[in-house]
Amino acid sequence: MINIQSLEFEYTHHTPLFQNFNWKISRGETWAILGPSGCGKTTLLYLLAGLKFPSSGEVTINDEQITRPRPHSGLILQDYGLLPWSTVRENVELGVKVRNFYGPDGKHTPDNFIPKDNIESWIQRLGLSEVADKFPAQLSGGQRQRTAIARTLALEPDLLLMDEPFSSLDAITREDLQNLTLSLCEEQNITLVIVTHAIEEAAVLGKKILLLDAPPNQTARIFENPNTGKNGYRNSPEFHAMCERLWSEMHRSAS
Amino acid sequence: MTRHDILLAAGAIFLLWQFTAMIVDMPILPTPIAVIIVFFKELQNELFIHFAVSLWRVTAGMLLSVLVAAPAGLVIGGSKRLNRIFSPIIYLLYPIPKVVFVPVVILFLGIGDTSKIIIMFLILFFQIIVLVRDQASGIAPQLIQSLQSLGAGRRALFRFVYLPASLPSILTALRQSIGTAVAVLYITELSATKYGLGYYIYYKGSTLLDYPSMYAGVIAMSVLGLGMYFTVDWLERKWCQWKFVN
Repeated sequence: MINIQSLEFEYTHHTPLFQNFNWKISRGETWAILGPSGCGKTTLLYLLAGLKFPSSGEVTINDEQITRPRPHSGLILQDYGLLPWSTVRENVELGVKVRNFYGPDGKHTPDNFIPKDNIESWIQRLGLSEVADKFPAQLSGGQRQRTAIARTLALEPDLLLMDEPFSSLDAITREDLQNLTLSLCEEQNITLVIVTHAIEEAAVLGKKILLLDAPPNQTARIFENPNTGKNGYRNSPEFHAMCERLWSEMHRSAS
Repeated sequence: MTRHDILLAAGAIFLLWQFTAMIVDMPILPTPIAVIIVFFKELQNELFIHFAVSLWRVTAGMLLSVLVAAPAGLVIGGSKRLNRIFSPIIYLLYPIPKVVFVPVVILFLGIGDTSKIIIMFLILFFQIIVLVRDQASGIAPQLIQSLQSLGAGRRALFRFVYLPASLPSILTALRQSIGTAVAVLYITELSATKYGLGYYIYYKGSTLLDYPSMYAGVIAMSVLGLGMYFTVDWLERKWCQWKFVN
């Protein structure tokens, strides 16, 4: 589904983040991108989202080169990206409103877009019915992130990109939303790419984990984590072993 | 601040005026009761027409300023390139006191309403454009990126982000501008017109020495400014509900 070939990317006057970097993702996979601050995790996510572009090389999704945000991709950011002046319901509707604004032009909106009346069902599904008429400032962090998830999933994406979405939440809410994200992605057959700096989160969410080092990143270091998503995995010896492995790899890279 | 607080403040001002008038005890400062009686009497005569003309001029000036300055501020604030080009120009023109252009504008546009409206426009335009531009350029990039990822291009960003984000700034600029607009209105109505509260106040006070009527004009002008102020407050509560939630 996603193919990154010979990627080169650098910010002006900085060490290149990626040099001749290659990476592939298949449809329906769940990936976590892990790495220390400044390693290029978020930049890589933005390259997939079509919000940044490579200096050279190619980023293709379903064989199409990414030259702008793709209508079938959803992006959820750390601070949720909710409009403060819109209620929860209006925020969930936002993507659909943007699509209706342009109509099915194939550029901003998929060619085959048919407006669906699915907003209320997503509000209910994410447990937001009671706060549907409230503004983001009146919500807890968990409710805000649920709103952002509902808004993105209402557009029925085939790829969900998340940038440290749960980092500011308390442990219980974080675990709850991690489970919800995994179950929704599985149910809707959505490919998930999540950026995190937390080893435990990467081990919980990523069936495959891409570990980035201090730049420049030249090879994709991939860790298979097939047991994630299974019942009781968080407390299993495999989970702890995976966390330790990731920790020692990150520690080794840093030193 | 509640309505109760405002009423109390109005009562205090009324009492202060009453006591000052009693102490001064001269025709140049009549008591508020005498002025209010004249105000309602004059309102049934010519004062209402002067009030209506002034209201039209100040509303037209403010509307024109908002309709031109707000979109211009949004466009400039939403584009780094345009901001780089226009900001130095705005920076140089903003501090110039536009009131000094009254004679020039009258020379170019004549003595009718147009020149008065344009002078108000010139003053308010810069206040609004600066506030709206700063608000638009200060929008969090994450919010823009979030919308872009939903498919929003430039037009949708203006419709769904820049415009609603800047609405409080537009209203703040309007609120800040009301005092200036009414003051400018007074200055523009001192000459080359026979209608408007500025003319009425000056004529009653300086020519006829009819001080109660002059103060009735002052009250009418205050009502005009306060009415506009309350209208902006009302619009803010209606359009920017999110600012008033806990």
